[in-house]
Amino acid sequence: MSAAAPGSVPGAVAPRLAFGERLRPFRAAFESRFSSMLQYRSAALAGFATQCWWGGIKVMILAAFFRGGDAAAPLSLADAVTYIWLTQALFALLPWLADSEVALNVRTGAIVYDRLRPVDAYALLFARGLGWLVARTLPRAALLVSVAALGLPLLGAQRWALGAPHGAAGGVCFAVSLGLAALLSTAVLMLSSAAVIALGTDRGVVALVPSIVLVFSGNLLPLSLFPDSLAALLLLQPFAGLLDIPLRLYTGQVSGAPAVAVLGLQLAWLVLLVALGRRAVARALERLEVHGG
Amino acid sequence: MAHVVVRDLVKTYRVSERDPGLIGAVRGLLSRRYREVRALDGVSFELARGELLGLIGPNGAGKSTTIKILSGILRPTAGVVTVGDIVPYAERTRHVARLGVVFGQRTQLWWDLPVLDGFELLREIYRVDRARFTRNLDELTAVLRIEGILHQPVRLLSLGQRMRAEIAAAMLHEPELLFLDEPSIGLDAPSKLALRDVVKRLNRERGVTVLLTTHDMQDIEALAERVIVIGHGRVLLDSPFLALRDTVLRERRLVIDFAEAAPALELEGVTAVARDGASLVLTFDPARTSAASLIARVSAEHSVLDLRVERPAIEEVISHFYDLHGAVEA
Repeated sequence: MSAAAPGSVPGAVAPRLAFGERLRPFRAAFESRFSSMLQYRSAALAGFATQCWWGGIKVMILAAFFRGGDAAAPLSLADAVTYIWLTQALFALLPWLADSEVALNVRTGAIVYDRLRPVDAYALLFARGLGWLVARTLPRAALLVSVAALGLPLLGAQRWALGAPHGAAGGVCFAVSLGLAALLSTAVLMLSSAAVIALGTDRGVVALVPSIVLVFSGNLLPLSLFPDSLAALLLLQPFAGLLDIPLRLYTGQVSGAPAVAVLGLQLAWLVLLVALGRRAVARALERLEVHGG
Repeated sequence: MAHVVVRDLVKTYRVSERDPGLIGAVRGLLSRRYREVRALDGVSFELARGELLGLIGPNGAGKSTTIKILSGILRPTAGVVTVGDIVPYAERTRHVARLGVVFGQRTQLWWDLPVLDGFELLREIYRVDRARFTRNLDELTAVLRIEGILHQPVRLLSLGQRMRAEIAAAMLHEPELLFLDEPSIGLDAPSKLALRDVVKRLNRERGVTVLLTTHDMQDIEALAERVIVIGHGRVLLDSPFLALRDTVLRERRLVIDFAEAAPALELEGVTAVARDGASLVLTFDPARTSAASLIARVSAEHSVLDLRVERPAIEEVISHFYDLHGAVEA
């Protein structure tokens, strides 16, 4: 290790770096967060148990509604059951919490180091946020899907099981939409991270965000089951892309040309929220006048 | 050209204030009152390549604000700052690529990750190639004696272990400039000594420019050849360390243990500051009274068991200096 010659810039970003090379720091940030989150097995098991329990209750409530309601429901009982199991499987993908690492770093002041790295600060936080959400979701989703799609039919409860996607096209659309949902979810998470950095605590986010996200994403109730005029509006707001749009594609409530439209809608919200988040995070980090010392 | 140039740096913050008590709290909800605080009020200095500078001052003097502006985290309100021809806040990414920073009270390593995984992530972030990384890691691991903790998660490390890992983390990408902001805070004696040893080596052997802030005057005494004292956001003194000691407090102390009860000595230019049983403490100015002649006179007239000449402790030097300049916050 020799002292760098004056004027040389050892770690600086060379102007023409291949795209893959440019992504490497962010991929590494994603992977390290992902792998460190996977070690929390008991948290995953507890989350899985909770989601099974709530899933069962939600299925029963919805079944009661379907028995009592008129026949012209926008989705069948079987689709509604599938929808509910998927909301439970994907619960951890929703950005209803503040990023635990950002909250910790704000509390300890370590957040200043995010301004001391020779890479884009937003992209670095985004990569780590995405790793966190995906790693939290995967084990819970795998367990829940195996119980709801394979376990329940084996027990003879075929009617209450998680059904297959609506054809191959539905499956592909769902997969694409789920990928967009993960990115969109991270973009929302970055907005709450900006708030956590600006406020110096995650308490505001924890108090406000869950109710918004859980209602407007369709986690509480499929958005198509809201009154018609409201349902149309609810589909257009950004949180629909977190859960409701992927699940509509899975169950085939939306297919064909409208499927492309809703994917476009997800993408548009993603672009907009990332742009907003970049400004919010940059502003919050710049104003972060760490006092003392 | 100097490595670091700081000229007439000013940084003001706006802090909200409210009257005490419930009424003050309610009024604060309706309208906020702001007060301007000048954290830096015209700081100027230069730092040559390969220099090791100690930046000291009481709490709230502006040390950390200076480091944050030099790191590119904060934008100064006014003034000029360049580091190796770069304006830190304007070209943040390029600037921080060749900078290593250790904040003693915060960690830059990822809490849940083993130390080595954190280093690997830093390798990717700073785009250090594998061969260079391995070479640097081997060397830093040996010097800092951290091979035993590389596979432990950061949250399980002791403070001393963590701080050594922090220094390694800051040096993996071979920065030419190292900022250490209170690195020895809370460390035990062996860790402090190891820290000083490493900083000295990085500076002497690799020519890394080091800016160190600390409240531990032994750190300064052991490391810094030049010291800047700041208080109230101004540079109070910029001088070689030895000169600081000599200008501020020239006095020496003579501690005498007598065979009998300590006598009341009346000598010109000498003050008795403490007398307790058989021991007596005198202070004198070595420029006016030589230690040798004082000792000769005392031992000629009295039966002396033991004698010690002491320099004032560096802590006293500094507190005395802060007092002289009214540098301590009200």
